[in-house]
Amino acid sequence: MDLVRARPGPAYTVTFDGRELPALPGQTVAAALWSAGVAAWRTTRGGGEPRGVFCGIGVCFDCLVTVNGRPNQRACLVPAAPGDEIRSQDGTGRSDTGEVR
Amino acid sequence: MNLAVIGAGPAGLAAALAAADRGIRVRLVDSAAQPGGQFYRQPPHAFGARRPQELHHQWRAWQRLRDGLARHVEAGRITHLAEHHVWFVERQLEPSGFTVHALLGPEQAEPATVRADAVLIATGGYEKVLPFPGWTLPGVVTAGGAQAMLKGGLVLPGRTAVVAGTGPLLMPVAVGLAAAGADVAALVESAGPKGFARHAVTFAAHPAKLAEGASYAAELLRHRVPLLPHHTVVEAHGKDRVEAVTVAALDPAGRVEAGTERRIPCDTLAVGHGMLPHTDIAEALGCRIVGPGVAVDAEQRTDVPGVWAAGESTGIGGAALSLAEGHIAGRSAAARLRGREPDPRSWAAAAKSRTKARQFAAAVEAVYAPPAHWAELLRDDTLVCRCEEVPASAVREAVDELGATDARSVKLLTRAGMGWCQGRMCAAAVDGLTGCEATSARRPFARPVPLGVLARSGEDEPDLGPPG
Ligand SMILES: Cc1cc2nc3c(=O)[nH]c(=O)nc-3n(C[C@H](O)[C@H](O)[C@H](O)COP(=O)(O)OP(=O)(O)OC[C@H]3O[C@@H](n4cnc5c(N)ncnc54)[C@H](O)[C@@H]3O)c2cc1C
Ligand code: FES
Repeated sequence: MDLVRARPGPAYTVTFDGRELPALPGQTVAAALWSAGVAAWRTTRGGGEPRGVFCGIGVCFDCLVTVNGRPNQRACLVPAAPGDEIRSQDGTGRSDTGEVR
Repeated sequence: MNLAVIGAGPAGLAAALAAADRGIRVRLVDSAAQPGGQFYRQPPHAFGARRPQELHHQWRAWQRLRDGLARHVEAGRITHLAEHHVWFVERQLEPSGFTVHALLGPEQAEPATVRADAVLIATGGYEKVLPFPGWTLPGVVTAGGAQAMLKGGLVLPGRTAVVAGTGPLLMPVAVGLAAAGADVAALVESAGPKGFARHAVTFAAHPAKLAEGASYAAELLRHRVPLLPHHTVVEAHGKDRVEAVTVAALDPAGRVEAGTERRIPCDTLAVGHGMLPHTDIAEALGCRIVGPGVAVDAEQRTDVPGVWAAGESTGIGGAALSLAEGHIAGRSAAARLRGREPDPRSWAAAAKSRTKARQFAAAVEAVYAPPAHWAELLRDDTLVCRCEEVPASAVREAVDELGATDARSVKLLTRAGMGWCQGRMCAAAVDGLTGCEATSARRPFARPVPLGVLARSGEDEPDLGPPG
């Protein structure tokens, strides 16, 4: 932030698994979580292993997260917004999004 | 006559400007919120960054692209459709033309379509990472991903980073992380100086590139980043996130040299083994693929009439090559859309830099290769496919015991490559373990698509672009 002399707007609050975290306007969910020192927010379906950001550009789907009740959102793409309820998720998430591949 | 350009990185921007300069209406369709692609990735407006150039190289070239885009958007010649994720491009014969199908916004649930007389694919590439024990730990990120989060989100993954793998991207990533305040404990590059010596003649013919490399090297020195050439990552350690990595020297054959292992504490490992082109949209259109990229002729045309491709979707070669290819593609498309035969002499300068940049890229590819015996470092329980959690043992069993001889059979036997990312992260590793050449993946769609959108896609959807 200092390096590029950023002057972001005032921080606002989101919740992560019920805990309040500060976020800056313009940040993605992943950036907000990283800033708060959170590196993992999902466990895998098979091994229950923790995962967070891997590719950072929307290709790998490792960073899936539940935002305001919608599971399987890519945290590295989705912008955070004031009051967002962000939840970590287990396995494939808690509901079926009806996506095909 | 209008042209849809898919991708607003260096290639797509150069193409859109070249075509718009020649009076063609362009719809520039891109999944990101802001133009720039990977190389010129911008922080969001809301950050009010006054000196974003501190994280960038070749800022002046970016300013020219940015200002040119703004001028054409103002004049109504270019429509920039940001946050449009293209999942399919459909070719019509009667009347001839194309329909670009996209999903809107970061949540990618709402559809939009764009009609065009011709299409130019400039979707760039993504990073290749080969597996090693511990590569699924949180805190292990792709080198480009670390760079993307830094340039686009102004966040660092942690305090102490190791940058590892192979390829020209590692240096700017290490410099970027160090400049932003991370302690970069080592830059671990598996290529050795011998490779450079072998290609010294080619490298010497590119003084500007050498100077660029030298300036990165100077920056690394200034930030006191230790460089470990001819070394590789053996394993990442940690429970809930990476806590240390073990690196080791490579012998001339590309095997880990016993006794050279050392453990480096860190909370971030940024790793990459080169790049792969995005070819899904071209493949679905039926374009010929050669090697990993979309095949193009001297004008950057694919073998499907009305479809051009430029930049890293045609092969990996850096931003300068992407700019040259985009410029040529845009000029060729503009002439042909007007029913004229383009005159290649009019883009002689761009063609010359394209030739030089391709030669350079070939030498770079020869020098930067993952360690020849990388697969031996995989333990049986090391995951190869991150999505479907397929361990190396399953892939080895498919090959050694079940007789699989190609990646497709391995996929059917193990489910490697069948998950969310559709093999984008594991295909190179599966190919390597199977011992076969990389083949095109033949994915039906470029993105996951909600079923509801698919069900409606035959119906008339509103065309979001202005009249072409
Ligand atoms: C994560 C990452 C970081 C990188 N960082 C650097 C760096 O710091 N320095 C450096 O020298 N090189 C970097 N590179 C290499 C870089 O890719 C090239 O040098 C250059 O950006 C290629 O230009 P391009 O125009 O071909 O593609 P890109 O710049 O990749 O642009 C492609 C554009 O297409 C869009 N796109 C892709 N698929 C779709 C789709 N289906 N629908 C809609 N839009 C789509 C993308 O959003 C992007 O804007 C990086 C690469 C990656 C993957
Ligand atoms: S980190 Fe890969 S999709 Fe988000």
